[in-house]
Amino acid sequence: MADIVLDKVSKKFPDGTVAVQDVDLEIADGEFVILVGPSGCGKSTTLNMIAGLEDISSGELRIGGERVNDKAPRDRDIAMVFQSYALYPNMTVRENMAFPLRLAKLDRETINQKVEEAAKVLELTPLLDRKPANLSGGQRQRVAMGRAIVRQPKAFLMDEPLSNLDAKLRVQMRTVVSRLQKQLGTTTVYVTHDQTEAMTLGDRVVIMRGGAVQQVGPPQELYDHPRNLFVAGFIGSPAMNFLHAAVQDGSLRTALGDVPIGDRVRRQLEGADAPRELILGIRPEHFEDAALIDDDTRRRGMEFEAPVEIVESMGSDKYVYFGVEGERASAAELEELAADAGADFTGGGASLVTRLSAESAVREGGNHRVWFNLEKIHLFDPNTGRNLTLHEGRAAGAVAD
Amino acid sequence: MADTTTKAKLRWGLLDVIVVVFALIPVLWIASLSFKTPATLTDGKFIPREWTLDNYRTIFQTDQFVRALVNSIGIALIATLVAVVLGAMAAYAISRLDFPGKRLLVGVSLLIAMFPQVSLVSPLFEIERQLGLFDTWPGLILPYITFALPLAIYTLSAFFKQIPWDLEKAAKMDGATQGQAFRRVIAPLAAPGLFTTAILVFIFCWNDFLFAITLTSTERARTVPVALSFFTGESQFEDPTGAICAAAVVITIPIILFVLFFQRRIVSGLTSGAVKG
Repeated sequence: MADIVLDKVSKKFPDGTVAVQDVDLEIADGEFVILVGPSGCGKSTTLNMIAGLEDISSGELRIGGERVNDKAPRDRDIAMVFQSYALYPNMTVRENMAFPLRLAKLDRETINQKVEEAAKVLELTPLLDRKPANLSGGQRQRVAMGRAIVRQPKAFLMDEPLSNLDAKLRVQMRTVVSRLQKQLGTTTVYVTHDQTEAMTLGDRVVIMRGGAVQQVGPPQELYDHPRNLFVAGFIGSPAMNFLHAAVQDGSLRTALGDVPIGDRVRRQLEGADAPRELILGIRPEHFEDAALIDDDTRRRGMEFEAPVEIVESMGSDKYVYFGVEGERASAAELEELAADAGADFTGGGASLVTRLSAESAVREGGNHRVWFNLEKIHLFDPNTGRNLTLHEGRAAGAVAD
Repeated sequence: MADTTTKAKLRWGLLDVIVVVFALIPVLWIASLSFKTPATLTDGKFIPREWTLDNYRTIFQTDQFVRALVNSIGIALIATLVAVVLGAMAAYAISRLDFPGKRLLVGVSLLIAMFPQVSLVSPLFEIERQLGLFDTWPGLILPYITFALPLAIYTLSAFFKQIPWDLEKAAKMDGATQGQAFRRVIAPLAAPGLFTTAILVFIFCWNDFLFAITLTSTERARTVPVALSFFTGESQFEDPTGAICAAAVVITIPIILFVLFFQRRIVSGLTSGAVKG
């Protein structure tokens, strides 16, 4: 049990590329922290530096208050679960799990007892004498976890431990990991590229991009109050809608109509160097079928009409895709997110994803009237990516003053 | 369809038999000669008319052959052991580490393997005489290691590259030192590679004639292939063909044993189950 502190930790490779830049992070004892970001954002490098598998170029890493920059992995007393599981194929499950204990030179009896205990927690007892080759993916994953928990280390490091499992098993193992972490109360750093895993597992989520931390906070805070365009686009599925918005006569001209802006945002836009073009972001669930809302709610938003492209009924609600005219929102962050998702965003008009209530009578092919909540929209500066609607760390929407 | 597969099988079977027979005929011929008496040696029959073990008795009675056999076994085993151990360490470094001059090192070791050995014989002869290594075991072991190492490094680095690096990282995280990670995790997985390399190196050392004949002069370090060429009959005019054949058969036996012994260890798919699902 220990806290982990990263103090301006950087990683520069010999060829000059900077993989991680000045990461400041304080992970409290017993906390479950997720490092998330697209591939190449430096999250795995950061984890490897905590593990000691990668040298720290500059900055300081402290585990339990002690500087460990120059300590070998074996002297840091932390366990790691690898994406590939990295089980020793020549050893049985029992030997795999006993390996760290044997290296620690514990006596045979203690080793046996600890292995049995860990096996029981992970329901591996009947598999103890099998070789990894004879296990299923999920079982191998559990053995990898078992090998980590068996010696009660100061911290767990997990490098995308679930990404090789199929979708159903992944969801199941997610709860196993979560329960195990709560049960053991061990500080855990978990790396993933899957924002759903990040949202569901962690006490706090660290979003990284290009080796730098974008935002740190509890999942809900990142979702509701993204500090910049990248965080907004990365967190949430389906992703936030981004629309081009031109500042004109105290309002925003967008494909959804003229959006009014509040005093506070207006003041920000009055500066000489203020951007004339913005990016408007709205999450799919902040839309609603205009026919289904009461007047009180109606007043807090505005309506528009657009052609319905696709309706996906999820049972509990409907995902409706609208085709909207107008200029596409463009920013470096958005392109990066699109590339990471493997999506091709170079089509004609923008497509709008909305999540409407299941009772909606929306039909494919026709036009439909949709309401959206003005209090929940975000405005981003396309050049810096900064969220302009963020006020004292909270997103207040464009109309609030 | 079934017809064609049977036909195909037959065709392949026939082809295999032809290849095997073609390769084995000289060996069988030697074996057959070794059982013939001097009188029937040149009768041209494949199966001896008169069987005899005299040839074998002769070679084991001569101290010359037994001594050479001991030399051969000792020199080949030591050279193999050293070459495999050194080769394993070098190959591990090459496959795992990025160090300056790595490509140069690999290139130079390849160069050594390609170098015509015959051109090195005279300089080696001079060097070894100066150093007092001439006609000693180390005098042969050293050049054998030199020429076996590139082979060992090449084969082994291919094997090491197949072992997932995550295993080594996992071992380190589990509290192993670099040495422990290598000995307890990597080496057991590289075992098939180690044995394959050992077989190849052993065969190379065992069969060498060039170095053995130039760098030895007495029974002290003379190996079997050379000893064979020094065989003489009872008199100067008698051709010791039968004895040479018997000796040839005898020296094939250790190598067959060696290969059979290690072949059982070459289990493929040893790393399965290590990573992914």
